[in-house]
Amino acid sequence: MSAQAEVSRHAIRGARWRWSEAAFWLVVLACAFAFPSRYLIMADIARLALFALSLDLILGYAGIVSLGHAAFFGVGAYSAGLMALHGIITEPVAALIAAGLVAMALGFLTSFLVIRGADLTRLMVTLGIALLLEALAERFSDITGGTDGLQGIEMQPILKLFAFDIFGKVGLFYSLAVLFLLFLLARRIVHSPFGLSLRAIKNNPLRAAAIGIPVNRRLIAIYTLSAFYAGIAGALFTQTTALASLDVFSFERSADLMLVLVIGGAGYLYGGLIGAVVFRMLQEVFSTITPQYWQFWIGLVLVVIVLVGRPRMHRWALWAPNLIIKQIAGRKAVVAVPESDA
Amino acid sequence: MFIRTKMLLPIATVAAVAGMVALTPARADEAVKIGLILPMTGGQASTGKQIDNAVKLYMQQHGDTVAGKKVEVILKDDAAVPDNTKRLAQELIVNDKVGFIAGFGVTPAALAAAPLATQAKIPEIVMAAGTSIITERSPYIVRTSFTLAQSSTIIGDWAVKNGIKKVATLTSDYAPGNDALNFFKQNFTAGGGEIVEEVKVPLANPDFAPFLQRMKDAKPDAMFVFVPAGQGGNFMKQYAERGLDKAGIRVIGPGDVMDDDLLNGMGDAALGTVTAHLYSAAHPSAMNKEFVAAYKKAFGNRPGFMAVSGYDGIHLIYEALKKTGGKTDGDALVGAMKGMKWESPRGPISIDPETRDIVQNIYIRKVEKVDGELYNVEFATFEAVKDSGKTKK
Amino acid sequence: MTSALTNLFDGVAYGMLLFVLACGLAVTLGLMNFVNLAHGAFAMAGGYVCAVLVNQAGWPFFLGLPLAFVASAAIGAVLERLLYRHLYARSHLDQVLFSVGLVFMSVAAVDYIMGSSRIFIKLPAALEGQIDFFGVGIGRYRLMIIVICGLLTAVLQLILARTRFGSRLRAAVDDPRAASGLGINVPQVFAFTFAFGCGLAGLGGALSAEILGLDPYFPLKFMIYFLIVVTVGGSSSMTGPFLASLLLGIADVAGKYYVPKMGPFVIYTLMIVILLWRPNGLFGRTAAR
Repeated sequence: MSAQAEVSRHAIRGARWRWSEAAFWLVVLACAFAFPSRYLIMADIARLALFALSLDLILGYAGIVSLGHAAFFGVGAYSAGLMALHGIITEPVAALIAAGLVAMALGFLTSFLVIRGADLTRLMVTLGIALLLEALAERFSDITGGTDGLQGIEMQPILKLFAFDIFGKVGLFYSLAVLFLLFLLARRIVHSPFGLSLRAIKNNPLRAAAIGIPVNRRLIAIYTLSAFYAGIAGALFTQTTALASLDVFSFERSADLMLVLVIGGAGYLYGGLIGAVVFRMLQEVFSTITPQYWQFWIGLVLVVIVLVGRPRMHRWALWAPNLIIKQIAGRKAVVAVPESDA
Repeated sequence: MFIRTKMLLPIATVAAVAGMVALTPARADEAVKIGLILPMTGGQASTGKQIDNAVKLYMQQHGDTVAGKKVEVILKDDAAVPDNTKRLAQELIVNDKVGFIAGFGVTPAALAAAPLATQAKIPEIVMAAGTSIITERSPYIVRTSFTLAQSSTIIGDWAVKNGIKKVATLTSDYAPGNDALNFFKQNFTAGGGEIVEEVKVPLANPDFAPFLQRMKDAKPDAMFVFVPAGQGGNFMKQYAERGLDKAGIRVIGPGDVMDDDLLNGMGDAALGTVTAHLYSAAHPSAMNKEFVAAYKKAFGNRPGFMAVSGYDGIHLIYEALKKTGGKTDGDALVGAMKGMKWESPRGPISIDPETRDIVQNIYIRKVEKVDGELYNVEFATFEAVKDSGKTKK
Repeated sequence: MTSALTNLFDGVAYGMLLFVLACGLAVTLGLMNFVNLAHGAFAMAGGYVCAVLVNQAGWPFFLGLPLAFVASAAIGAVLERLLYRHLYARSHLDQVLFSVGLVFMSVAAVDYIMGSSRIFIKLPAALEGQIDFFGVGIGRYRLMIIVICGLLTAVLQLILARTRFGSRLRAAVDDPRAASGLGINVPQVFAFTFAFGCGLAGLGGALSAEILGLDPYFPLKFMIYFLIVVTVGGSSSMTGPFLASLLLGIADVAGKYYVPKMGPFVIYTLMIVILLWRPNGLFGRTAAR
């Protein structure tokens, strides 16, 4: 069997849908119906998950670290907000895509700055770009509303059919639909030859270049795509909350995102999704218990996660289900988490 | 390695479900619930803490039952980020069935919650944010804090009358700062004063030194300063360090810069600073003395104007409930609040029936040493000042 | 003209302060290859220790400063032995997660113990006000910062370049395995260096209370500044971060003075341009470690 055939066989097997994935999305949908009083936080989680997915594309699959991903989120958010405010594109779905494209354009332009340099340099360049944009948004307060944010955004019904409601029901299902569609796209991309070549670059850029992968072009492409995703997440944020303020660009947003992805595990698509769920739930639980000192407990959880180590935690988490699976389906069927090498 | 993408999906989802169940609140019961949304973490945390303290103090003093109903306060932290505020307000309204939403540390947070108050017909009690426009955003907003127009116009008039001709301004670059600047400028220049230098400093600002140097080089008679509560201490420290006090440049402004909870740490450089504000811990009334003593005893430090705003906010809620006989109908409550008058630790105050904004005395104060501690000592009073940001229209 | 000189002076003082605050980070990041985002927490600890000693226990300021160093160094040493050393070999992302966790914990803990208001350290009268030096206003406190930080920098450079410990440290960093083969106690060297860096941060924290303000959010607010210093300076020597701090300090002050509306742009743009021009920092090694 030729090497190429081997690779494509692996790729195809990797791309196959598994029962656990279907179960995941079914549970997500079930949650959306089961907890009508929690629409808002679930919509928040869905947005965060999409945002984390966007970071995963560059961090987990291409190895580009970024501490300024909020730049694209913010550009998407303000684009969507301005479009709704000035009536440029009033239909949310079209505006969503347009906002994503604006962020994508910015991603393409800045990708040339980002692909230079090593990890730490990238970290700071991306951070610098986000901070610059934040300063710009503050400076041009006649357009952005400055520190007060954009005021008076009113959203039109989605596809002229579904109007946003106060309970956040439409917002949630809208967010979930967008998340799912973009997830499918991302899944398709990472299992494509393009996605495989990215992992080759991540593992060893020199080797990848040597076997004829155009390293820089691929990195630019994925960075641009990731910016598109982040822009959509930002636009979704503005559309579902009718808000856009300076904090969409904030360092805390980028840093939280990093935490979300690292908690969930970078380098597999569900990592960001799971991370978003876990992180927000922790935050919600702790800040309900102690509105003032919840950060302490979040911090403690982070420290413990690192000290115990993710692989060990995954083993513990999977111990009981695997015991059951072993009884029913035999030893081979046990579920394992891929060791993330990020 | 890239073929094993099976993972802990089932576990994560089960955990999520469990979490959702745990967090789904119990059905609302008979108690009147107040959703108190404050910045308890982040840069504005001291504002949130003062208000939370004051609310706790009030409920300690006055009990937690009013008009036969139990009052329950649900405190939420929004870290002064408006989308958090909005989400929390929405959840409090939809899930916890609160009768009031209250708090709001910064203007964007108060604005973000405004449409919800309108839609749900629930009174929104603004206890901190001070931009003029807030109460216009919903007929259910009532404010117990202040607007910057109130104190800035007064200090502008005062400055002209007291021989200050040239003023340099230093204000934080956000809505309240711009409000303060514009209202001051309007009254000060109308009286014949001159603005010689205008600097807007970014809100998150580590070092005032370069801005202060600009002030010094402009050689004004006084500088008009507005920085948000909490940053005043830094400002005064550096003002003294740069020798602006020795260069004869006085500090005037709305009283935010001389917030009582920081004043004592500012050092003697603050002596002689004249500000116009709604509250001083040294306000000479029996009620205030008692309030300050009780606050100090409970929390170990001096109450600032944010604490008083919170104290009055919860008082307003109690009184409105008394009037409606414990009914939590939004229109009735707001109706009850309109025109309400009472004696607060800060002096006599009332709610303007037209704008639902606070009407209060503005005092001109000078920092002096009383019993070895720095206090804003009031020496002139402008009675029943309305928000001129609205009366102009 | 005189105000330009005053600005230069202020900028240098600000830069020096940033250097003392950030150089510990340069050591952990550049020499030990550990991303310690919790560095600012040690600075905050030093600041609060000094504040409590001076304001509440009535100690003189100049006794409080060294104790801020000692306290932060001690905390650093304990944490290094208990936690950090297990993570040297871990991925950078793990280290980020861990140190951000520590930051959150420290922020909430300090908020709980000390309250969320900004605090100040009572200064002796000798440090207040300005000296007029041929028309140039020189702040006494800032002058003291320049003197202290200048001396520290010189001493640091001497220790690294001239002493036995310095050469051991450099050896341990270049090749830990070979160094331990030569009988150098590498973990000990690292622990000592780490604690020393934390101590410096603590001292910087105590010094900066007057200028930057001290509140529980200090570690989060200034994390970005520390990172800028280290990346722009390059983390392979002390000279790089030192010059980067000065550059940052002067650019920040000058930017705010001359173009107050564009203040933040100056720094961030400068950083991006420098990093594009020299991806490993001004004085970085040519190859990334």
